[in-house]
Amino acid sequence: MALDRWIALVLLGICLVYGYTAWFTMDDALAPFMKRNPIWPSTFPKLLSVLGIITSTIILLGLEKGEQKIGEIDYRRLGDYKIGQAIMLLVLMAAYALCLRPVGFVISTAAFLILGSVILGERKWQIMIPVAVVATFLVWYLVQEVLGIYLRPLPTLLGG
Amino acid sequence: MLEGILIGLKTALSIQNLLMVIGGCLIGTFIGMLPGLGPMSIIAIMIPVAISLGDPSAALILLAGVYYGAIFGGSTSSILLNAPGVAGTVASSFDGYPMAKKGQAGKALTIAAIASFCGGTIGALLLMVFAPALSSVALLFHSAEYFALMIVGLSAIAAFAGTGQVCKAIMMTLLGLILATVGEGALFNMPRFTMGLMDLQSGFGFITLAMAMFALPEALFLVLKPRQADTGAGAEIKDMRITMKEAKSIAPVIGRQSLQGFFIGVLPGAGATIASFLGYAVERNLATKEEQAEFGEGSIKGLAAPETANNAACTGSFVPLLTLGIPGSGTTAILLGALIALNVTPGPRLMIDEPQIFWAVIISMYIGNLILLILNLPLIPYIAKVLLVPRNYLIPFILFFTLMGAYIGQNNSTELLMLVGFGICATAFKFADYPLAPLLIGFILGGMLEDNFSRSMQLYDGVAFIWERPMTLALLLLAVFLVILPSYRARRARLRAAGIADGD
Repeated sequence: MALDRWIALVLLGICLVYGYTAWFTMDDALAPFMKRNPIWPSTFPKLLSVLGIITSTIILLGLEKGEQKIGEIDYRRLGDYKIGQAIMLLVLMAAYALCLRPVGFVISTAAFLILGSVILGERKWQIMIPVAVVATFLVWYLVQEVLGIYLRPLPTLLGG
Repeated sequence: MLEGILIGLKTALSIQNLLMVIGGCLIGTFIGMLPGLGPMSIIAIMIPVAISLGDPSAALILLAGVYYGAIFGGSTSSILLNAPGVAGTVASSFDGYPMAKKGQAGKALTIAAIASFCGGTIGALLLMVFAPALSSVALLFHSAEYFALMIVGLSAIAAFAGTGQVCKAIMMTLLGLILATVGEGALFNMPRFTMGLMDLQSGFGFITLAMAMFALPEALFLVLKPRQADTGAGAEIKDMRITMKEAKSIAPVIGRQSLQGFFIGVLPGAGATIASFLGYAVERNLATKEEQAEFGEGSIKGLAAPETANNAACTGSFVPLLTLGIPGSGTTAILLGALIALNVTPGPRLMIDEPQIFWAVIISMYIGNLILLILNLPLIPYIAKVLLVPRNYLIPFILFFTLMGAYIGQNNSTELLMLVGFGICATAFKFADYPLAPLLIGFILGGMLEDNFSRSMQLYDGVAFIWERPMTLALLLLAVFLVILPSYRARRARLRAAGIADGD
């Protein structure tokens, strides 16, 4: 089964769960006087769930015939691309998200920029580190001072 | 109208807003030139900056400047490297790149800049005429018609997605609408589908979703498949002048394509990309036999046509946004999201309630186009140096700006995890050829669609509004027709290909 149909299967699952919530569980919390309204909070989701189930089933069963196109990247040969680098960058992004608050903006951002370049195969430390540090302080200054949005610069331990 | 233009001039010519246009155009050109980064990603990255300006006209002027700057930058990399940064400029590389290979890179850039300038300026003139007319009609609309109109917009976007894609585009739109129902709605004070998570109480962040749908997959694609930039051919940019004869030969092309591009841009779902390809095809058919042979080998007409059309279409796509509040493309959807975040509701009342925003944006389009011509064009040889930045440095920065954009919008690091999660989903969708723009448009229109639907349901005590208001019924029928038409045509084409004779 091609990837687009697998995705349709997942979407069908999402629509079924969504529909179950909309049709069977959501209305229990509704105040009795609101039940006199012609429109309930669940009305629009009910409609969407039905349409979603129909559409995802059509894609899943392949009822709509179209020419098979291979996009910019052929996912069937994913191993030929730099998939390892992409996954590591995604992990790095998630790690950045988790570290931003406790470790502080300055350290996490500089580390993110340096490690990002390292993952991509860069080894010129003498360029990489100054670029990352200067960029980090520049962005921190712009966001904090010019835009006026607070970014905790230092780790929580240091009271930053 | 004259009063409006004067208000617009006053707003657009303030020092701050002039700086916004110049800054926006430069940033747009700069980033738009990088292969793989489209206008949607750039605008998504710029939104937090625009929102923190606090002034809606300045924000919209900045974002609009970034938009056409990005299109201009995209055409530069199409011409110099044969690596279009933006889908709307792919057609420009057909003739632009051969010209650069022949050593006429400077001339090609000048033609592209002049064509873009004319397309954008004529487009802005048409916008001035059509937007007020359309908004006076739109003032007669009732919430039922609005609901129907949004359905028409969403189905048109799905219908333009191409054969075999209509269901996928509809599915993506529905997914966007489903995501929009998460959180507390405006009409009902009750959280929906939050799965008990406090972070979802206010719904998914629109910037997070925009970044995850566009910026992140594009950056990941750059990682997965490093594009070999062939800097050798077009690196030298010299002799940017064009002759009188050349100017004369492209003038009619520019005139035709400005009109055609604008009207294609107005249609929901058909944006700069369709306009540029269609413009190229039409001009090739209109050209004489000798000129036709030149197309694809470095014809100046073949370069002027898509360049004019894509800029005119960009301007055209502002018509539904400013008059109806309904975005026709991913980019205008992002602009709509930014406006809503700034407490401005685009729609027919915009012209009456906040004329300074409406007219300042239009006036700033002229200024923006002028700046692209007189400021960016001479700077291109220097800006093109950005193409030499190694990707090992570039990609971490793109990812970092994506993260920052989502973070400073909400100041919440859970948002960053959602960004990564949605980004992975979006990349999978992109692999499987699911269009992503409908998802974002559905998400942004979702709230308004439900509000208008609920209001009509309440006024008519049920779904009676569908048949009691003829205009609503007509619009809904049009929407159904738009969705069914492509599959019907595809079926007929298949039958014909299978050798079954048609009835007529």
